[in-house]
Amino acid sequence: MQLPNVIQKDFPSLHVMDMRAFLDSAASSLTPVSVIEAMNDYYQNFRSNVHRGMYKTAGEATERYEAVRGTVANFLNAAPEEIVFSKGTTESLNLLATSLGRTFGPGDEVVLTEMEHHANLVPWQEAAKRHGFVLKFIPITSEYRLDMEAARALITSKTKAVSIVHASNVLGAVNPAKELAALAHAVGAVLILDAAQSIPHMKIDVRDLDCDFLAFSAHKAYGPTGVGVLYGKKALLEKMEPAQYGGDMIREVKYEGSTWNDAPMKFEAGTPNIAGVIGLGAAIQYLEAIGMDIAEAHDLELTAYALEKLSAIPGVKIVGPTVGERIGVISFEVSGAHPHDLATLFDREGVAVRGGHHCAMPLMGKLGLSGTCRASFGIYNGKEDVEALVVAIEKAKVTLKL
Amino acid sequence: MEENIYMENILDHNKHPHNAGRLEDASRRARELNPSCGDTIELFLKLDACDRVADVKFDGKGCAVSMASASLLTDRIKGRPFAEVLAISERDILELLGIDVGPMRMKCAMLSLRALKSALSQPRESDPNTSCSH
Repeated sequence: MQLPNVIQKDFPSLHVMDMRAFLDSAASSLTPVSVIEAMNDYYQNFRSNVHRGMYKTAGEATERYEAVRGTVANFLNAAPEEIVFSKGTTESLNLLATSLGRTFGPGDEVVLTEMEHHANLVPWQEAAKRHGFVLKFIPITSEYRLDMEAARALITSKTKAVSIVHASNVLGAVNPAKELAALAHAVGAVLILDAAQSIPHMKIDVRDLDCDFLAFSAHKAYGPTGVGVLYGKKALLEKMEPAQYGGDMIREVKYEGSTWNDAPMKFEAGTPNIAGVIGLGAAIQYLEAIGMDIAEAHDLELTAYALEKLSAIPGVKIVGPTVGERIGVISFEVSGAHPHDLATLFDREGVAVRGGHHCAMPLMGKLGLSGTCRASFGIYNGKEDVEALVVAIEKAKVTLKL
Repeated sequence: MEENIYMENILDHNKHPHNAGRLEDASRRARELNPSCGDTIELFLKLDACDRVADVKFDGKGCAVSMASASLLTDRIKGRPFAEVLAISERDILELLGIDVGPMRMKCAMLSLRALKSALSQPRESDPNTSCSH
């Protein structure tokens, strides 16, 4: 597939960073020119607050900001009023843990998995402490997949919410969201998907998945940092209480008390990241112009190639499934080498990877690891990047005398 | 900047760290974690009646920089008086390592020192009575 050659020119930081192979898109992807230009356009040409002013640029800013709600809704097959802008996946999940969490209490359970990012674990731990409900964890199998038999036993009439990572940022495994949605709905619970890693790699249709909520960040899908989305089914968002209070989210305020705006506005207190939202809109347009089917095929092809090449290196062990549904997020160990040493040595070769626990400390503990090296792909990566990684691993082994 | 991190002595200390292990009869112990990578070091310290470091060991997982630094630091303090050990600074660690650590790996290099400082700040109750005549 020739995709990378065509689009590498769209990503200026690929060329200024003196980087041979950028393999850390799971941490944060790079940003195409069209996204940067869309944000600049706001600051240069219609810099105003939204939902307030009566003058032209304020109208333009509001129109462009609200248009992105439509773009995101269309991208996810949702309705615009089901799209809440946040500062990222973490804030979206905190909103849910805060707002849903206070409707749960003693005797209630929230089911997570053993492969959650801290962002879908710590907010629930805190809410559970405060409101007295209990967290349960779907275990993972030796093949790095969710144990669905255990899931069926764990999701019971006590379960109020099932909140799972759609694609693991450590293992790359894609979890069976539809099946878990069905299990959750059968007991009257909601299904929440942390789609931070899946969103740039596959077509996501919230109606098809039948998830009740879905969270993602713009910056892992070629958009800017500091902006993200919470999708929620309209009827559920309407019932929920806000998690933050202030300007823009109210209907009427008196000294004695206040009432709230309709969803999604009641969840967007304060002046939002206007340029960020506009950048997110441009990022989605960029992805749609390429085509999510093409982005997905490219990711699958590159992942298969990398798994084959890496597995062939003596001392390298893939930490994650090597068959079945997965994304281009590949954790690996090199026997006798610490991930940080590897990441430092790879950097000498112009190869950027992440080394560490990837904000999933409990999973690392479960796997008996302190960390892994992780190579992850974006639409700009090609087979030559995998080859550069292979060379870097061989060289690191020599330097570390392995 | 980080070109010379993986010097012979660093790799040797990483592969064969000195004072690795646990001291079950330690008078002080401290565990430190590097939240950015999840590496941990647990330091065990035994003071003698003369308020010197009678024995020291460390247990943990870490990168070459953190393991070499723990190995060198524990060598440095063994047998030394409390007051001298208390005065060990980040600069001393960098001198012991003898490499240009660079900002991104500074936390790794200082993990064992942080464990040492934490152990030294603990109350003295568990130490032997200082009844040294030296």
